[in-house]
Amino acid sequence: MRLINLTGLAVAGLMAATPVMADLVFPSLSYRTGPFAASGTPFADGYADYFTLLNERDGGIGGVKVSVPECETGYNTEKGVECYESTKGLGALVYQPLSTGITYQLIPKASADGIPIHSMGYGRTSAANGKVFEWVFNYPGTYWDAASIMVQHAKDQAGGSLEGKTIALLYHNSAYGKEPIRTLEEIAKNEGYSLTLIPVDSPGQEQKSQWLQIRRERPDFVLFWGWGVMNQVAVQEAANIRYPMENFIGVWWSGAEPDVLPAGDGADGYKSVNFTGVGTGFPIFDDIQTHVVDKGLAAGDGSSIGQVQYNRGLYAAMLAAEAALKAQEIHGTAEIDAAMMRDGMEALDVTAARMEELGLPGFAPEVSVTCEQHSGPGIALVQQWNAGEQKWEPVTDFIAADRSVIEPLVAEDSAAYAAENGLEERSCE
Amino acid sequence: MFYREAGDFKTSYAADGQTFPITFDRWRYFAVVAVAFLAIPFLLNEYLASAVLVPFLIWSIIAIGLNILTGYCGQVSLGTGGFMAVGAYAAYKIMTAVPDLNILVVIFLSGGVTACVGLLFGLPSLRIKGFYLAVATLAAQFFLVWLFNRVPWFYNYSASGQINAPDRTMFGFLITGPNATPEAKYLFCLIIVFAMAWLARNLTRGRLGRSWMAIRDMDIAAEIIGVNPLRAKLSAFAVSSFFVGVGGALFFTVYLGAVEVGEAFGINKSFLALFMIIIGGLGSIFGSFAGAAFIVLLPVLLKNIMVGGLGWPTDIAAHFEFVILGALIIFFLIVEPHGLAALWRTIKEKLRLWPFPH
Repeated sequence: MRLINLTGLAVAGLMAATPVMADLVFPSLSYRTGPFAASGTPFADGYADYFTLLNERDGGIGGVKVSVPECETGYNTEKGVECYESTKGLGALVYQPLSTGITYQLIPKASADGIPIHSMGYGRTSAANGKVFEWVFNYPGTYWDAASIMVQHAKDQAGGSLEGKTIALLYHNSAYGKEPIRTLEEIAKNEGYSLTLIPVDSPGQEQKSQWLQIRRERPDFVLFWGWGVMNQVAVQEAANIRYPMENFIGVWWSGAEPDVLPAGDGADGYKSVNFTGVGTGFPIFDDIQTHVVDKGLAAGDGSSIGQVQYNRGLYAAMLAAEAALKAQEIHGTAEIDAAMMRDGMEALDVTAARMEELGLPGFAPEVSVTCEQHSGPGIALVQQWNAGEQKWEPVTDFIAADRSVIEPLVAEDSAAYAAENGLEERSCE
Repeated sequence: MFYREAGDFKTSYAADGQTFPITFDRWRYFAVVAVAFLAIPFLLNEYLASAVLVPFLIWSIIAIGLNILTGYCGQVSLGTGGFMAVGAYAAYKIMTAVPDLNILVVIFLSGGVTACVGLLFGLPSLRIKGFYLAVATLAAQFFLVWLFNRVPWFYNYSASGQINAPDRTMFGFLITGPNATPEAKYLFCLIIVFAMAWLARNLTRGRLGRSWMAIRDMDIAAEIIGVNPLRAKLSAFAVSSFFVGVGGALFFTVYLGAVEVGEAFGINKSFLALFMIIIGGLGSIFGSFAGAAFIVLLPVLLKNIMVGGLGWPTDIAAHFEFVILGALIIFFLIVEPHGLAALWRTIKEKLRLWPFPH
C-alpha cells in the first residue's frame, strides 16, 4: 500500500507539473443546455466577457493573462464533479458553479484540495461563517439575507405590519429552494405572518397544482425561489390566475429577462430582489463594446449583454478579478495560486470609489470581506418588471437584511456542520 | 486461433461447467482482473478515479442488480433510482447513528435494508406482469424519492435536505469524504464489484437462477415443473434490490459524498440503469459491465474529444453528445438487438474458427 501511495504521489506530481502556469485560470462551470440554460447562459457569457475585456484592454490581471476554460454541467451535480476534477489540474484559482447542488458537492472537495469557492449569493448560507468555512465565500449576500429583504419589502407594502398576513413560499424542491425556509419561519415569529410552503419538483415545468392552491388560498404575498425554466412557468401561471403581480416577489435568481418575457404583458409588475444594477448604462459597457464585441470575442451570441444574469456574471468575474489583484498585492507576485487567491478573497474590499474606477459606479453594494464574515454586506434592492418598456426598473434603494435574525442561524448551522465533519473553528485573530 | 479448443480436455463436471470453459478465455479473464487490481491503481489520478472509473464500477453493480430482476427473472422494473436512494439514505442513517461501524458493514447493511424494501415493492409482481408491473415499480420510484424529500428524519433535520457522508476509514485508509485518495476509493469499489459479480454469476447459474429463468421464459410451465413463483419472484426482487442498494450506498458515500434525493436519484437514474442492461445485454453479467461502460464512459469520452480535443463550444458539444449517444444506441440495437454481450459472443464464436471459417 505504501508503494501505491508513492506512485500516487509521483503521478500527482506529474499532473501538477504538466500544465504551463502562465495563465490565471478561472474555470467556468457553466450550463448552456438543459432546463436551466435560460438562466445559466447569460451568466456564463458575462463571466467570460469580463475576463476577455481584461485580457484585451489591460493585458490580464497584474500583467498575467487570464484563461477561462468552460465546462458544461447542465446544472447536474455528477457532471459538476466531473467538470471540477477535469479543470482543477489546470491550476484553477476559484470555482463559481452557479448551482447550489454543485456547491454543496464541491465544498468538502475544494476545501480538501485548497481551492476557494465563491458561491455568490447562493450555495450554503452558513458558509458565511469564515471560521468554519475557510475556503468558501458567498459575498455580497446570502439566501437568508434575501429572505429577510423580501419580507421587509412585503412589510413596507403591507403598510408597516405583517401581523395576520399570509405569505406563501413557492420553491424549487431541492437544497436551493429549501434554504430560506428556516429563516422565514424564524422571522414569522417576530412579524406574525403565517407561512405556507409550496414545493415544486425539479425542473419546475409542472406547477398547475401549486398555483391551484395559491388561487384557492389567496396568500397576501408569494415569495418565489425558482431558477431556469421554473421561473418562466411560475410567472406565466401567476399571470393566468391574475395574481396581483406586485405581491409576487422573486429571489435574486428569479428575476431576469428570460423569466418574464415569455409571459408578455401578463408579467408586468412582477418583482424580484437584485444586488446588481440593470441595463447597459454603465461606462464599462462601452469598453466591452470596443474591446470584446467589436473584435468578435463575445461569448455566446452576444444577445444577452446588459441583461440581469449577464450583469451578474460580469459582477462575479469582477469580484474574482479584484480578489486576484488583492492576492497579487498581498503576496507580491503576479503568478498567484489558489491558496493566495483565498487570501485575496478574504481581504477583499471593493469600495464605491473602486467601482467607479472600474466603470461600474453604483452598480452593486460595497463589499468588504473579513476572516470571520464571508458573506459581505447582505444588501439588495427590489426591481420591478415593466412589460411595456421591456425592462427591469429598481423600485427601492438598497435594503439591508436584518442580520440580527440571521447571524444566530448561521452560527447554529455552521456549528452543526463543524460537528458533523469533526472540524475545529479556526481563530481569526 | 485465439480461442483454441483442440487439446483443451475436461475431465470432470466441475471443469466442464465452469464460467470460462475455454483456456484462452479464462486466462484473458485473469489478465483483466490482474490489470484491474494490480496495474490500474498505479496509473490512477483523481480525475480518472472520481469521474470515470468509480462511477463505472458503481453503475456496474446497479446494472447487475437490475439485470438479475429484469434480465434473469423477466420482471420489468422502473424503480431502480428509488432503490438506489434507499441504499444511500440507509447508509447515511446507519453511518450517523453508529459512527464506529466499519464502512464495509455499513454498505452491506444498506443493501440489506434495500432488499427488504424491494421485497415489499415486489409483492405486486405476484399478481401483475409486464407493463403493469413497470408502472407499479414506477410508483416505488416516485414514492421513495418523495418520502426522502418529505420526512426530515431521513436527512437528520438538516436545513437544506442534503445528506453528507462523514469520513470513514478501512484498515486506516480513508474511504469516504473529501480526503480519501483515488486509489482507496477505486480499490474499495473494485473489491465490492468483484465480489458482487462473482456472487451474481454463481447465483444465476445455480438452482435459484434457474428458477428465475424458468419464470422468465414461461411462468406457467415453470410452476408445473415445480418452481414456486412466489419464492422465485420475491427472491429476485430481494437480491436485485440488495445489489442496487449496495450500488446506491456506494454512489452516495464513495462517489458523490453529498446527495440531494430528487437530483441524484430521480427517474433518470431508473432509465439509465434500464438502458444499460438493454444495450449491454439482458441476462448477462458481462452485459451489465458493457452497458455501464457504454452509458457512463462514452459521454465522458465524447466530451473530452469534442471540447478538450477539438475545442468546440461546450453547449454544441453537449448537444452533439446526445445526438451521437442516441444514434449509437439505435445503431447497436438494430445491429444486435440482444445487446453488446451478444455482439461479444458472436465475435468470440468467429474468433474460435478464425482464420479457417467453415
